[in-house]
Amino acid sequence: MATDTPLPPDSVGIVEPQSARFDAPLTLKSGAVLPGFDLMYETYGELNAARSNAVLVCPALSGHHHAAGVTAGQPGNIGWWDNLIGPGKPLDTRKFFVISVNNLGGCHGSSGPTSTNPETAKPWGADFPIVTVEDWVIAQSQLADRLGIDAWAAIIGGSLGGMQAMAWSIHCPARVRHAIVIASAPKLTAQNIAFNEVARQAIITDPDFHGGHFYEHGTLPRRGLRLARMLGHITYQSDDLMAAKFGRRLREGGRKFSFEVEFEIESYLRYQGDKFAGSFDANTYLLATRALDYFDPAHEAGGDLAAAFAPATADFLLVSFSTDWRFAPSRSREIVDALMRNARNVSYAEIESSAGHDSFLLDDPHYHAVLRAYFDNITV
Amino acid sequence: MSTLDIRIDYDVIASWVAEGARVLDLGCGDGALLRHLKDARGASGYGAEIDIERVIACMKNGINVLQIDLEEGLYDFKDQSFDLVIISNALQALHRTEKLLREMLRVGREAVVSFPNFAYWKHRVSIMDGHMPVSDRLPYQWYDTPNVRFFTIADFEQLCDKLGIEVRERLVLDDAGRPVTDEPNFLGSFALYRLGRSAA
Repeated sequence: MATDTPLPPDSVGIVEPQSARFDAPLTLKSGAVLPGFDLMYETYGELNAARSNAVLVCPALSGHHHAAGVTAGQPGNIGWWDNLIGPGKPLDTRKFFVISVNNLGGCHGSSGPTSTNPETAKPWGADFPIVTVEDWVIAQSQLADRLGIDAWAAIIGGSLGGMQAMAWSIHCPARVRHAIVIASAPKLTAQNIAFNEVARQAIITDPDFHGGHFYEHGTLPRRGLRLARMLGHITYQSDDLMAAKFGRRLREGGRKFSFEVEFEIESYLRYQGDKFAGSFDANTYLLATRALDYFDPAHEAGGDLAAAFAPATADFLLVSFSTDWRFAPSRSREIVDALMRNARNVSYAEIESSAGHDSFLLDDPHYHAVLRAYFDNITV
Repeated sequence: MSTLDIRIDYDVIASWVAEGARVLDLGCGDGALLRHLKDARGASGYGAEIDIERVIACMKNGINVLQIDLEEGLYDFKDQSFDLVIISNALQALHRTEKLLREMLRVGREAVVSFPNFAYWKHRVSIMDGHMPVSDRLPYQWYDTPNVRFFTIADFEQLCDKLGIEVRERLVLDDAGRPVTDEPNFLGSFALYRLGRSAA
């Protein structure tokens, strides 16, 4: 690393992922039983003597355990939430011990479709059971047990990650002091499930998908995954931002009267799609979108979100972004409303941002000031 | 407004808040009033604020704050879910006055409203001299004021009457923060009200 640019002082530095093995079978919400599992995770900062400063970072759809710092031996591999986590950053690793996980069903080292099914000695592929947000929380809680963390100072997540924070607060209330739910929703709308379904169909109908067992065919459903990601990217951004970033600009050469890449936006989407198709597992994408679709805590409480949150004892921070139409501010307000009905401590910020759903990964000054102020007030 | 005046306002409001009351403070600024009510009366609840800088200030002060636009009304809030809904020195900066007052008493059992009195004698003098009033209680020029509703103690009480709102307590202060009893609409620069719904 000597020849590389030195890491900035507010980086958590070089990080190495860790793996935890759990041998006891895990019964999932679907009834399926996972015969033991592995979870990949990273930690930043130090657990204090009172074990009261641990913060769990829950990943979103394509997220994983590498949330901050730079992976050892991979200088360009910076964590997906590096702008938030580090010494002196809003989630300050001088104060907090941060744990970031790759969930069950993932494709970055935790048990998932790409790992080996002990019964067949082949990759699970499409046979990996459907996992839910609640299943993830149970697996994460076993990791917390393993690390000696009785209660999290805070659990934070954006989008699907926010759903995990909510599920924790409902199912393990005594273990969550603060839940920070960003750009999330209490359940997906029909429109939102529809986007997920189009993405899944793109993957499933790719001839290289082979019913999810493409590993044994030596293929990758690149076209499907690429389309799924292109669609996702459109919905994660706002119309305004796309207009500002790309507009109707053409690449060099102007109109060619063809279906080649001519507009800048086409080039961007293809680039993003290709990048994703080469690095993400198609079965994991299916599982994660299904976990999103199924999340609906009110469903188990007679449709009443306030009743669903009745067991929660955490303090909450909700954050939404003005141009996020996939997880609109009104969806966060539903959560705020349900929490107020339970007289919970809750704060809510609606950040003016042009970047749509993706805003939660960016470092808008107001957004980060909100998180910094909130984290600063958490006692450890 | 001087710090002294703010203290007086807050103390008056605190005296109207029952121990341990659930309070909603509309236009809560940096959360100082809620902090005061929390410390002085063990009150709990939320502030509502539209300005992100003030929202961040509330969070720094450890006050529950909801970033919402009061012009939209209080549709998120359940009927009678607070003991008290407060709007301290902010009603004059909102357009939908009637709607908000109704909403406050839908959501809260009681309401506290405080506002600068535009009919204060110094303000009248200013108008007589041909200029919009600028004072400690109205510290803005006409072209940069956040205030959009200009009303007096007499006007406010007329509106309460129209809306079936009962004045349960009133305190009018002069420029020095002293209570005014005689000719309040002339001698008072700031008014505080504790309101409820008329029995009717």
